[in-house]
Parts: sequence; structure tokens; C-alpha cells
Amino acid sequence: MISDFSITEILYKLRHGEFSIKELIEESYVSIEKYDSKVNACITVIDKSFALQEAEIAQKNLTSLPLAGIPFVLKDAYITRGIRTTAASKVLDNFIAPYDATVYAMLKKCGAILLGKMNMDAWGHGGSTENTDYGVTRNPWDMTRSAGGSGGGPAAAIALRYCPFAIGEDTGGSIRNPAAWNNITALKVTYGRVSRYGAIAYASSLDTVGPTAKTVQDCSIILEYIAGFDKFDATSSHREIPHYSSLLANSVRGKKIAIPEEYFSTGLDPEYKKIILQSLEVWKSLGVIIEHISMPMLEYGVPMYYIIVSSETSSNLARFDGVRYGNGRKYFTKESMRRIMLGTYTLSAGYVDAFYKNAQRARTLLRDSYTKTLETYDAILAPVNPIPPPKFGELLDDPVKNMYADLYTGFINLIGVPSLALPCGFTGSGLPVGMQLIGKMFSEGSLLNLGHQYQSTTDWHTKKPNVTV
Amino acid sequence: MLKIMKSKLSGQKSKIDIRKIAKLANLTLSKSQEKELLAQVENTIAYVSVLQQLDTSGVVETAQVTDSENIFREDSIDLSRVLTQKEALSNAKRHHGGYFVVDQILEEKS
Repeated sequence: MISDFSITEILYKLRHGEFSIKELIEESYVSIEKYDSKVNACITVIDKSFALQEAEIAQKNLTSLPLAGIPFVLKDAYITRGIRTTAASKVLDNFIAPYDATVYAMLKKCGAILLGKMNMDAWGHGGSTENTDYGVTRNPWDMTRSAGGSGGGPAAAIALRYCPFAIGEDTGGSIRNPAAWNNITALKVTYGRVSRYGAIAYASSLDTVGPTAKTVQDCSIILEYIAGFDKFDATSSHREIPHYSSLLANSVRGKKIAIPEEYFSTGLDPEYKKIILQSLEVWKSLGVIIEHISMPMLEYGVPMYYIIVSSETSSNLARFDGVRYGNGRKYFTKESMRRIMLGTYTLSAGYVDAFYKNAQRARTLLRDSYTKTLETYDAILAPVNPIPPPKFGELLDDPVKNMYADLYTGFINLIGVPSLALPCGFTGSGLPVGMQLIGKMFSEGSLLNLGHQYQSTTDWHTKKPNVTV
Repeated sequence: MLKIMKSKLSGQKSKIDIRKIAKLANLTLSKSQEKELLAQVENTIAYVSVLQQLDTSGVVETAQVTDSENIFREDSIDLSRVLTQKEALSNAKRHHGGYFVVDQILEEKS
């Protein structure tokens, strides 16, 4: 398959006439038609004739556009002019945005071709793509299991090679969690690294926009084209954008990775633990120094995360009243209503100090402790998910279990630091296992370098699910 | 994790006025939804209350992580980005004479 190649290889081969953009797009639609009726990764598929028109234009600009003809998908949390955007909620079932999200506009400008808008937990509320009004997304590695969430659709799309990359939105693990459960690579960027303009807000002080793809190298290339200041997002950063992909080949000898003992304790599935810790031998072989440390605040991460995201989402979703757009508030799912109610309570008079403000103070303590640790280490290594991909219903029926899907991911968004999730093995029953590297603010270059070196000596990331249709 | 488990067992259930919260959230709930959500919100509150064990006295709140303050922009109109009235109304279920229709919020004095 063409889409097994890296983005760099595809661009090279396109420019040398080994195949055309039309062939590449045709291949994507064959995959979507073959798998999507089973897996249900897509909410909206762009009309093929429209994508082929775009392919024709891109073919003429092959040398001038940096991502000419590269097909991609968006989590359906990004607004796209003239194309339906649902956030996987019937509240927005017929919503056609009148303008584009910045990340979409930037990718279009680079010549990339949008193929579809992908399934997710409605509004980002969940870790299993079960809280969607458009049917669950199945895990291509085991159809009886969840693809993860909230961005289960984009992750399954990459695992099935619908296209070389997807854009996800990560508020508490929504890019990393499904990436790890689908055996693909994903980057949760530093808060402010990529513009959030046009991303439907879940929790504004945590939301980040980032790439997910087969490899670290592909993620680094996409990041180069989507990062940067945007005058429409006042929280986006003016910081210089490193040429990430040229940092990948650097030696990682002497770099230091911390292993917090609390992350490999009772909350973690024992098989996952064993597999993730096996990666230490690879890191050591690359010359990385491994040190075991203690990060005692982990247990407070989930409560802190849930108070803050629920508070922010109750405020953000207040605008969906069905007056200017959308179908009104009675269409929120049970899970979304639960989060709105919780957040309204934690922000309400009499309780705001005990819950919301206290969580914001705890957030300062959490942030300080990580900032301190990350002064000494290039990265903290952590699991992504505490358990293998759940069977359908396992998380949805239990709000607290559902929260624990975010055990290792949610607190990272509270701090704002970047995290790179990458495949590191399989369970005995063939389910993917992921790990993440957490770095200091704006250390994407260093994390990508480490991740690429890991992928240069391992082949977990090259494994594909074997789906029979 | 352990502390959180303990808090589930010993955590005091807060008295939550579910109707008041639903009104503040602008959600219309059925009786059965009220009952279900009350139980779930109470349970979740009991879980997250573990945070109260942390000593946060005198700690400054973190509301955002960029450390930036007061981002200003020119108060100018970019005509290339202005939506036409038709575009602005295109997703509204109810509009009249170029305006959004909203439910009445004021009543005449009787």
C-alpha cells in the first residue's frame, strides 16, 4: 500500500512520478469503503469526486506545495467551511460552519487533502468513542473492543491506513489514548504550540491540537506545518518553530529519562507494566540514562482533572442553546450532561472555592513538582493507558472507571507540557501497548528526537491490524 | 489511587440540589434523569473530594499555563472575514427578517 510509506517517502515518490496523487486518493477511498462499515471511524466522508478535484490541483503544484496531495482526516472537533461539523453530538447534527479552523486552513494551504471528519466521544467527553451519537468506533485490533477516545475515529483511520496522518485534539489524552490502543504514534503538543482557533472547545485551558500518524517522523513533519502563532488564538505562542524533522537523527546518548515508581504501581495492568518496562533495555542500548524516581502527586491528577475540565466544559457548552446554530440542549448525551452538571456544581456559589478554586491551587502544586523534575530529566516515561482497550460497555457504564482511562494522561494537560505517545509492544492476546515521553514546555524537538531513535531500533510501529472483511 | 478508593468508602456525600444545578446548567431533566444524575454527580464528588486532603493554603491558583498576560489586539474590523447576514443566519433554526428569533424573556406587566 502507498499509505504504508512515510510522508517523506510518499512526497518523494509523487515528485518522481512513481504514482500520482489520484492513485493515492483512490487507494484511500478503497480502504474507507472496505473497512469503515465495520469499524465506523468516519462521521463524514468527503465526496470522492471533490477530493479528486483537489488531487488534480495538487498534482499541478507538486513541487511548490510542501504537503501536495497528502490525504488526511480531522477529528470532527474542527470546524470546516461548507463541510458538516458535529463534535459527534446530535446537538450539532446539521451544523455547517461558515469559516475554517486555523489548523485546517494551514494544511489546505500546504496542499494536503481532507478526506473526512472522524468519530469521537461527543465534545471530547470520554475515553472510548462510545459517548458518540454516530455509533461506536471499533478497535481494528479486536472488533469487540473500543478504539479508545476521545479520538477513536482518527486513530482507527491511521491504523487502517486510510491516510498518512490525522489531526486530533487532546484535552486529557484524546490523541494519545486511542493512539496507544491502535498501535500508532501521537503528539500532544505544548499548550499554545498549535492554534486552537476553530477547534470546538472542551476545556479551554487544557485543549491542544496535534498530529497522529504511523511514525514519530511523520508527526514531526506535520507539526512543522501546523505550529505557530495565530492572531485568532490569543494563547498561541510566538516562539520560534524548530525544524523538528531535522532534529530526529541526533544522538540521544547521555539523555536522561525518569521512571516514576508511582506510574508503575497498583493502577497499571501487570502485562502492560511488564511490556512498557521492557522498553528500558532499548533506551539503554541507545545510550539513554534511566533513573527511577518518585512522583507522588499522581493520585491527585484524576480528581483535579475532572473538577477542572467539568467546570470549563460546563461553561463552554453553555453557548449551545440552539438559537444561532444547533439543535438545543436536550440532545446532549448522558455522559455530557453528567459533566455539565458536575461542572456547574463545582462552579456554583458556595462550592466554587472548595472544588474549582481548590483544584486550581492543587494544579499549581502539580505544575511546580513537574517543572522541578523536568529541569533534571529530558523526559518522564509513563504508560499511556492503565489497561488494554476495553470491551464495549466496560467504561461507559461506570463513570469512575471511565475517569481512570485518563489516569496517566489528564494531568499532563493540566501542566501544559508536551507528550509523545508511541507503540512499544503487544499483549499475549495481540492488543497494542503504548508508552509516552513527557517533556518540559516546548520540548517537542527533544521528545521527537528520542521517539524517532526508539523507532529506528524497534519495529512495533510498523505492525498493522489484520482485519478480515 | 488508594486514597481515592478510601475516599469512596468514607467520603461524605455532599447534599446536592440537583434541580437547582440543572436550572443553572440550562438543562431540562426528566424525573428519572434527575435521579440518575444526582447519584452519579454525588459519587463523582465523593471521589474528587480526595483533593481536599492536599494542603493548598496560600497557594496561588493556576488558571492557565502560558504565563502570558493581557494579550491585546487592535479594535479594527477585517472586512474579509466578516460574515454576511445570510451566512450568520445559515445555521439558525428560527430567523425572521434577517434576525435570530429567541424565546421571549420579558413579560408584560399585568
